[in-house]
Amino acid sequence: MNPMHLTRYGRSLRTHLPRARNGDLRGNATAGASYARYDVLAKWDTPSFDDLTRSVIAARLEEVPPICFLSPDEVRLLDLVLARLLPQPERSRPIPITPWIDDMLNRNQGEGYRLDGLPPLRETWRKGLAALAAEAALTGPGGFSGMSKTEQDRLLRNVQLGEVLAEWPVPAAHFFTHVLLKTAADIYYSYPDAWSEIGFGGPASPRGYVRLGFDERDSWEAKRA
Amino acid sequence: MTAELPRARNGRAPDVFRRDGWVPMRCHADHETVDFAIVGTGAGGGTLAARLAEAGFSVVAFDAGPFWRPLDEFASDEAEQQKLYWTDDRITGGADPIALGGNNSGRGVGGSTIHFSMISLRWRPEWFKARSRLGYGFDWPISYEEVAPYYEEVEEALKVSGPVNYPWGGKRRRYPYRAHPVNAAGLVLARGAERLGIEWSSVPLATVSAPRGKSPPCVYRGFCNFGCSTNAKQSVLVAWIPRALRAGAEIRDMAMVGRITLAPNGRVRGLEFQREGSWHFQHARNVVVAGYAIETPRLLLNSACRQFPQGLANSSGLVGTHLMTHSGPGVWATFEEEVRWYKGPPNMAVTEHWNYHDEDKDFPGSYAFMSQGPLPRAWAQIVTTNRGLWGSALQQEMRKYNHMAGLVPVGETEPRPENRVELAEEEDQYGLRIPRVLFSYSDNDRRLIEHSKRTMAQFLEAAGGRDLWESKDTSHLLGGCRMGSDPATSVVNADGRSWDVPNLWICDGSLFPTCGGVNPSLTIQALACRIADRIKTLASRGEL
Ligand SMILES: Cc1cc2nc3c(=O)[nH]c(=O)nc-3n(C[C@H](O)[C@H](O)[C@H](O)COP(=O)(O)OP(=O)(O)OC[C@H]3O[C@@H](n4cnc5c(N)ncnc54)[C@H](O)[C@@H]3O)c2cc1C
Ligand code: SF4
Repeated sequence: MNPMHLTRYGRSLRTHLPRARNGDLRGNATAGASYARYDVLAKWDTPSFDDLTRSVIAARLEEVPPICFLSPDEVRLLDLVLARLLPQPERSRPIPITPWIDDMLNRNQGEGYRLDGLPPLRETWRKGLAALAAEAALTGPGGFSGMSKTEQDRLLRNVQLGEVLAEWPVPAAHFFTHVLLKTAADIYYSYPDAWSEIGFGGPASPRGYVRLGFDERDSWEAKRA
Repeated sequence: MTAELPRARNGRAPDVFRRDGWVPMRCHADHETVDFAIVGTGAGGGTLAARLAEAGFSVVAFDAGPFWRPLDEFASDEAEQQKLYWTDDRITGGADPIALGGNNSGRGVGGSTIHFSMISLRWRPEWFKARSRLGYGFDWPISYEEVAPYYEEVEEALKVSGPVNYPWGGKRRRYPYRAHPVNAAGLVLARGAERLGIEWSSVPLATVSAPRGKSPPCVYRGFCNFGCSTNAKQSVLVAWIPRALRAGAEIRDMAMVGRITLAPNGRVRGLEFQREGSWHFQHARNVVVAGYAIETPRLLLNSACRQFPQGLANSSGLVGTHLMTHSGPGVWATFEEEVRWYKGPPNMAVTEHWNYHDEDKDFPGSYAFMSQGPLPRAWAQIVTTNRGLWGSALQQEMRKYNHMAGLVPVGETEPRPENRVELAEEEDQYGLRIPRVLFSYSDNDRRLIEHSKRTMAQFLEAAGGRDLWESKDTSHLLGGCRMGSDPATSVVNADGRSWDVPNLWICDGSLFPTCGGVNPSLTIQALACRIADRIKTLASRGEL
């Protein structure tokens, strides 16, 4: 990568991206730990990040692709659904998920296999989203956007269980879990904010780790708040 | 230069050990008839290319994927590194469809060893005679004793780092490099084992524990399944391909082989491959197929011709059949201590107890299990698809990441004819019919899975784990072109040589008649070394 790029995404990156955190998620191990004061991007200029990784992550943060494939209606529905699957009301800059799903569909690049009987990638998404919209329309004139969050969650739960009323050309439960939810989680947990949230060490090249045992932590790893 | 353009050409190939570096490469014209054209440069094909070139044969090895320079191109990032996987369209079906793509299939020089976990274990000696010694599956046409010297050769070639005394298997020399320290995820397995009085070991790994030539020691960064950016990992790309190039082999990257052509005399003439958008023909005295357990049968089926209407070298009708995977159900638990399982290679401790002890089993077959270290994206996939969690429940569960540990077996499945690779009607970007993979577990496979889940849960509980839960998965793919001693019941003989077409060979995971309970790549590489020696012997007798 060129040096211009490096300065652009160098030290300034942290201040460039305002961060906000859940304040109320402290807890014990089984409830889920909180790393409120940990920011994986604070390691940007340390030996945990190499140039290539910096450029890859900078592109993810700064070059979010414009919508090219999905229709405005599909985008609106997907945004609403994703706000239930991976809510992030506390973030002033939420992790963008819809644009990356659109980008995947635009490039027509899936994970390399599909279940026997399912149509190809783009068609599966189009048909699944249309069926979801139809399912919502059956419960009320306002569709998915007209529902309260509780109603939206109830509808999504029914789709997840395959308890559906509309015509689903792709199996509802499969679409929900293995297409929609899995892809959304893939994208969310590819973002530094999500790594910080769970206390993951993040990029680790060239410097890896030294202390590997129970309750051992290198100084460049996340510390519990 | 983008990775999707061929790089290895015009007399040079990428130097895997230097940024922007090149090494000289001998090149052959398409019309030049080479001794061996090899399809695929992974565990089977890459190893064989090096060994055949070193024996003085002229070799061109093709790979559909790129020739990476790890130092320049492997980011510390799960999403970016999806570029290592075979993601051309495939259909997966049957009662228990197998996840393909990154779960088991690499695409690029070095094959799936670019993103493998480096576990380097030998077969239990009896597995080579599973039918006659253990009463299930099929006998291999070779014995452990015949393969043992090649295991030793490969362990040396990869400088496998392992314990001084490995508890299982036949007598062996100590591993070339000292063992790696075991991470906390592995110590969970160890603690469980010690409390239950069952043996465990650190895993012999193909990543160096001390400097080796231009490979620095492993720094426990944990991104092994996404390509090793430092070259500590002894993948085929790092360990065998430089040897192949030095010995005069040509590697053709970004070259998809679409068809093997038969001459009227019943011998193979060469192969058709696509590079930079157009089709070319390479003449060869011998063709070796080493595309792994899906692409190898697919290529043979796609090469059907007048003499072999049901697929090249398929007079037995067995090409694509008896496909196996390893079952990999997971058991996961939460621990009071911090485990931070992202540190170190993903699998650092193992028990092979149920590979070597058959007494308490309600099934014929074997399994080993290992400690785990999924990175966040992979972990989120396990949590979402197995627990169905979403919303804040998912985010809350993911916050336990640093306190989780788990165990996953390499579980043997039975070789059965109905589990297979066939051709779908649909065509890919090259105009080649895509594969459909059908897989279902047998009742026996299911008993093995249940047994392994019980023992893994006992380990985790004994180690202090709480809130146990289970997941489903599979790992390696094996079989589909099995070797044997009878042309009626196998596709190739013990040398990987087709019974039907004497100058057509197979050298990869598709050779396996049974799949054992350990990871396969050490065995695939040992078979490749043995096949190279057999070819040398046959050549010297004029029997090629
Ligand atoms: C995540 C993961 C972890 C693993 N961990 C381990 C482990 O710890 N230990 C272990 O022993 N094994 C492990 N494995 C399995 C191991 O990597 C494979 O079993 C092994 O690499 C298979 O060797 P192969 O030669 O049969 O095929 P591969 O190594 O997959 O090589 C096949 C090559 O052929 C090329 N190819 C295919 N068709 C064509 C064509 N028509 N034209 C041109 N090129 C073609 C492909 O691009 C590919 O590069 C792991 C696998 C995965 C996916
Ligand atoms: S843990 Fe070791 S082998 Fe794995 S990617 Fe890092 S340096 Fe390479």
